[in-house]
Amino acid sequence: MSIGDLLRFALQAAAGSPLRTGLMALAMAIGVAAVVVLTALGDGARRYVVNEFNALGSNLVIVLPGRTETGGIGIGNLSASTTRDLTLRDAAALLRADGVVRVAPLVVGDAEVSSGGRLRSSYVVGTTADFARLRRLELAQGRFLPNEGLERAGSWAVIGATIREELFGPRPALGARLRIGDRRFRVIGVLASSGQGLGMNTDELVLVPAASAQAMFDTNTLFRILVEARDRDALARVKSQVANILTARHDGERDVTLLTQDAVVGTFDRILAALTLAVAGIAAISLAVAGILVMNVMLVSVTQRTGEIGLLKALGAAPMVIRRAFLAEAAMLSLAGAAIGECLGFAGAAVLRATFPDLPAYPPSWAVIAGLATALATGMGFGTLPARRAARLDPVQALARGL
Amino acid sequence: MGQIELRAVDRIFRIGDTRVHALKAISLSIEAGEYLTVMGPSGSGKSTLLNILGLLDRPDHGEYLLEGREVGTLPPDQQAGVRSRRIGFVFQSFHLVPRLSAADNIALPMMLAGVPARERRRRVAAALAGVGLEDRADHRPQQLSGGQRQRVAIARATIMQPALLLADEPTGNLDRATGAEVTQLLEALNHGGTTLIVVTHDPVMGERARRRLLLDDGGLADDRRR
Ligand SMILES: Nc1ncnc2c1ncn2[C@@H]1O[C@H](COP(=O)(O)OP(=O)(O)OP(=O)(O)O)[C@@H](O)[C@H]1O
Ligand SMILES: [Mg+2]
Repeated sequence: MSIGDLLRFALQAAAGSPLRTGLMALAMAIGVAAVVVLTALGDGARRYVVNEFNALGSNLVIVLPGRTETGGIGIGNLSASTTRDLTLRDAAALLRADGVVRVAPLVVGDAEVSSGGRLRSSYVVGTTADFARLRRLELAQGRFLPNEGLERAGSWAVIGATIREELFGPRPALGARLRIGDRRFRVIGVLASSGQGLGMNTDELVLVPAASAQAMFDTNTLFRILVEARDRDALARVKSQVANILTARHDGERDVTLLTQDAVVGTFDRILAALTLAVAGIAAISLAVAGILVMNVMLVSVTQRTGEIGLLKALGAAPMVIRRAFLAEAAMLSLAGAAIGECLGFAGAAVLRATFPDLPAYPPSWAVIAGLATALATGMGFGTLPARRAARLDPVQALARGL
Repeated sequence: MGQIELRAVDRIFRIGDTRVHALKAISLSIEAGEYLTVMGPSGSGKSTLLNILGLLDRPDHGEYLLEGREVGTLPPDQQAGVRSRRIGFVFQSFHLVPRLSAADNIALPMMLAGVPARERRRRVAAALAGVGLEDRADHRPQQLSGGQRQRVAIARATIMQPALLLADEPTGNLDRATGAEVTQLLEALNHGGTTLIVVTHDPVMGERARRRLLLDDGGLADDRRR
């Protein structure tokens, strides 16, 4: 029997019982759609995080107080225990390192912010002029923190777009007075609305000089120091110099952790890629369920078509031909179901993107192909048992069943 | 040696502890082109004999030589090959595939044998003309009368030009006039040289053949020639 005849025969048989066929195709479609949508979600999350990190700039060395002992860089290491304070003087010292362009210390806390009777709580970030360039912040109005000495506690504040909207509304914000905690500041700039930023939405930030923030939060330590190298090539050199300078300043003890973007991005990339795979695996379970359904429906089909199988044998069909006819039917239905599932999956991913515009939820091409291949493999795998049962039927008894 | 040689063929069915001796030591020689009818009471083993001759069933003991070659013990796929090329079946209840048109039903054995589609169309057209159903090619079995269905079935049974045509009560579901037409069609094929073996309960039809076998309780009770 030629391949073309085999497929046509299987197609006619499938069309002969639309309910059975529809059920099988639907099961496959749901399984494949689940794989496509869930991997789109997982991969979208991965891309989102990687993009966010890359937006921070790729030439950064991040200095954290405290030393982590583990070799690898995981999420847990970001909260290393503090041993010795990182100070503004440490930050200033890093500027001397070769290849360093900018250094931005960070002091972070939250405080009540009020102006003209309106009040809200907000993250307050103490930093220096370099932070704006380092994070590539755009200003909507006014200017950023002035380039003063690191330890000058000026009373200037730059506010995010949302803060401006909520505290000032239609009133002009530039030049207005702002109360942060129990201190007074003057608004000198408003950040352009960005909505971007990992874990820290710049729209809801209030930025003040680092020394002012330290005084406000009554601390001498820094949350981070961001060090920008001249370019990517300088990164390794800068990193080792930063380590040496800080070790020297901390009585010869290496008690800071240095992260580079590469490592962080790479880690998140790997973690989220693994997560995507895991999610795909879970979705593939629905394909296995679909496979079991295919098997049952096919077994019913073999029972219903027993008379026909007997006839085909009487007309000279070898067992192998019968087996192939049933396998072709299973393969065809699986593929049709998978194709429908891919369409549903892509539609679902589009809905996801429309709902969460920040999330680049595109189904990864490997998942599209794997979904199709898995559907075909499960369909044929689970179709094998019914097909073999059909091929082994005793022709006399099968014929006695009638068509 | 005849086209068909059965030597001491036994067929025993086992259902639990009971054994049914459906065929007992049947020995038979049939020449190419012969016309035989097989008669006998219900349960005497007529269908069992036909199934063994058609390689749908296997003897428990004895030999079955078709055209000089032992075929009763061939592996299933080789038996399928012999069925495809040398044997045609006609059944009491027609056994047409309901979803296929008359033409497609007739083409089925050629499709299974891998005959190219062009050749199939040519031979199906000729076969339909041969059974007088040129204008029913696209009809489904449900849209045909019993006699027409059996003629489609006969066209299907002979489309591969088998050497041996086996019919199990081919007129059993037909009225007398239609049955007579079907009988004439089968006999015409026999005149063309095909060996024809017909199982029947109808004494009139039974008498038409030159050679008549009578089975009784699995044994060959009579083998008469005219
Ligand atoms: N698959 C089977 N299992 C058990 N017994 C069977 C089987 N097939 C046939 N038999 C028995 O073998 C005997 C012969 O059956 P067979 O069908 O050959 O009779 P028959 O002569 O064709 O009868 P009828 O005229 O009613 O068609 C019967 O007793 C029947 O019950
Ligand atoms: Mg019978």
